[in-house]
Amino acid sequence: MTSASAAPLLRIDALSVSIGATPILKNLSLAVGAGEILGLVGASGSGKTLTALAIMQLLPANSTLTGEIRLRGELLTGKSESEMQSVRGRDLGLVFQEPMTALNPLMQIGDQVAETIRLHRSVSAAEAACAARETLELVGLPGGRAAPHLLPYELSGGERQRVAIAMAVALNPPLLIADEPTTALDVGTQAHVLRLLQELAHSRGMGLILVTHDLAVVALVTDRVALLHQGEIVEQGATAQLLRHLQHPYGRALLAAARSKPKRSAPRSGTAPPVLEVRDIVQEYPRRRRSLGRAPAPLRAVDGVSLTVHAGETVGVVGESGSGKSSLLRVILALEGARGGDVILLGEGFSDARGRRLRRLRRGIQAVFQDPYGSFDPRWSVERLIAEPYFLLDAPPDAATRRRSVAGLLELVGLSAADARRYPHEFSGGQRQRIAIARALITEPAVIAFDEAVSALDALVRTQILELLAQLSERLGLAYLFVSHDLNVVRSIADRTYVMQHGRIVEHGPTEAIFTSPHHAYTRALIAAAPILS
Amino acid sequence: MSIRRDRPRRFGLIAGAALTAFFVAVAVAGQFWTPYDPGAMSIMDRLEAPNLRHWFGTDQLGRDVLSQLLAGAKTSVGVALLSVIIGALVGVPLGLMAAARRGAVDELIMRGNDLIFAFPSLLLAILITAAFGPGAVNAIIAIGIFNIPVFARVTRGGALQLWTRDFSSAARVAGKGPVRISLEHVLPNMVGLLIVQATIQFSLGVMAEAGLSYVGLGAQPPTPSWGRMLNEAQTLTALSPTLALFPGLAVLLFVLGLNLLGDGLRRRQERSE
Repeated sequence: MTSASAAPLLRIDALSVSIGATPILKNLSLAVGAGEILGLVGASGSGKTLTALAIMQLLPANSTLTGEIRLRGELLTGKSESEMQSVRGRDLGLVFQEPMTALNPLMQIGDQVAETIRLHRSVSAAEAACAARETLELVGLPGGRAAPHLLPYELSGGERQRVAIAMAVALNPPLLIADEPTTALDVGTQAHVLRLLQELAHSRGMGLILVTHDLAVVALVTDRVALLHQGEIVEQGATAQLLRHLQHPYGRALLAAARSKPKRSAPRSGTAPPVLEVRDIVQEYPRRRRSLGRAPAPLRAVDGVSLTVHAGETVGVVGESGSGKSSLLRVILALEGARGGDVILLGEGFSDARGRRLRRLRRGIQAVFQDPYGSFDPRWSVERLIAEPYFLLDAPPDAATRRRSVAGLLELVGLSAADARRYPHEFSGGQRQRIAIARALITEPAVIAFDEAVSALDALVRTQILELLAQLSERLGLAYLFVSHDLNVVRSIADRTYVMQHGRIVEHGPTEAIFTSPHHAYTRALIAAAPILS
Repeated sequence: MSIRRDRPRRFGLIAGAALTAFFVAVAVAGQFWTPYDPGAMSIMDRLEAPNLRHWFGTDQLGRDVLSQLLAGAKTSVGVALLSVIIGALVGVPLGLMAAARRGAVDELIMRGNDLIFAFPSLLLAILITAAFGPGAVNAIIAIGIFNIPVFARVTRGGALQLWTRDFSSAARVAGKGPVRISLEHVLPNMVGLLIVQATIQFSLGVMAEAGLSYVGLGAQPPTPSWGRMLNEAQTLTALSPTLALFPGLAVLLFVLGLNLLGDGLRRRQERSE
């Protein structure tokens, strides 16, 4: 409660929320002034999203709420559902994390924005459409290029998020709540969307609550920060001062995590023999046929990519979504056949291997995937999941050996041997990525490929996983191929980095050289767009 | 203070499960005990209205309607169940194969499906029974054939979605092939979906059996059947209106119960996802 103006726009007093019998938010007090940007920061599960839902009065049915939420002095907590319906949208705008699910896939974007307007104001369809067009222009979707007649699937992720913002601000609400609005976006797009939100807040005098787990984003755009830890606000204050003088141990840990670099010895490049060589990979996908006469030219997702990973080395591949990095990885892992090029693993042709030879070679390369929730069959126990790659061995070990090696791996990745009998849903996102790493280690591969493996994790957990990876690489002499859109992550772990754009490698070299003196314009743009804590 | 947005609609699920369990129990019980022999005629007692001796009355040959209903439940449940099993046994593997192989195999299976879908179902059932003769077994086959594309399509849809999940890629990195992944990862994760579909197909099967028997192509006398009871009652509606009432109610309530159960299960499935 430090710098809020005399009559704050939004005032939360002693808010407590429990779901069932579990208290989630404890005695939370906040204030947001007009034109002010408040960052609400915390790990997943800290109650950030629930705070946003409490303000919107959209809490789940089995929850109980005590305390007061006032918007412009008006009590929201006592309002009925029908009264709240007129407040939402008109006085409170909300932007969600995943823009695709917030939009109606079958409705033109102009109509979706117009619908919000017509729900709250008695205006004609033509007036609403006109206002919708203006709002879309305001958020950077002018009539010329992204006409109001487009459907959500025709837009990129960043453009969709702009539409969602347009819907939220169409009625010029005094307060906008944005829940992780840029977490699902690339660095470049993230910078644009953040700048847009900042401009809207400052030019319209709109209060903005920015819910995020990313301290770098907070430092970039917010005026004040509230740090949420286990349902309580542990620190609150003006952003610049607060980040300099964090008191609470959790806040310090978060800040340290945002700045940290995993400790490892000097980069070892070039000297060791190559374990993975990728030569001139080309991958194409057929495009939807628009006329019967001729087939359209296929989409070239990967266009002549070559890269090398030496033993014990960590190689990063960065690029925005759509740059072809995931397609490249699927080809490298022999999950897809490529249109052209070779993958050579430990000196043998991997891309054209079949049958027994393919199974033998697969032992040399394993993978950790992006989604910690999707990479495990929910019906399998952890032991069975980790031991799944044993299928690659000609003579799988007996049950006792299997149990012993799974237990050993669980301890190696920082879990306990007893976890083997549990199921994936019992673990947090970070713990699941540890299980995924254990699964990748069981065949003692030479290379592990990571597809955005830490993108879905909180800053603190992400740092822990990156440190674990650095340790494992040192101890086991593993090589990593680390694909990510997150420059900070790649910078903190990779010895060498390849930058990918439109299916091509535009620049590569030692990581520090790439980041300190980038040559290619695209690399420079990427680096400039990434929020970095000074 | 709380806001109730999605009040759980469990009443339908419970009512559906109760109705379904009741009729299945009746079908089983009807095998061992009926108040009278369902085939025993007694001309003296014909076309009686419901009374204390014959709760649901008697038909034109003096047979006890309640006993016939109990015995006929077996035909309904049996024909519907076996046709669902046929549909699932053929359709599920086809759907799994289409999703795992994609490409030409997928096209072949799905266009074959469309071919069966394109036929009016009753017409094909009549064709089959006309070619092989009427009877419960041929009714099962006819209805079963129509269940195949339904199961194939539902399985393919669910399987395609599971194939995009990272655990399918992880299994491939672990060297497993499409058949093994389909059986180990894909099928077990869509059991719920298939149970829901089976319930819905079961209710359609009960209706189809009643329909075929009604037009004389299903179970033949003396096998008791609700559809044939309706057929025989039709000409006597003026004389004895209650005669059509009870078999009609039996079909209605059983199908209603199965639909409520299927809907409730589907909703629960969607919530859990």
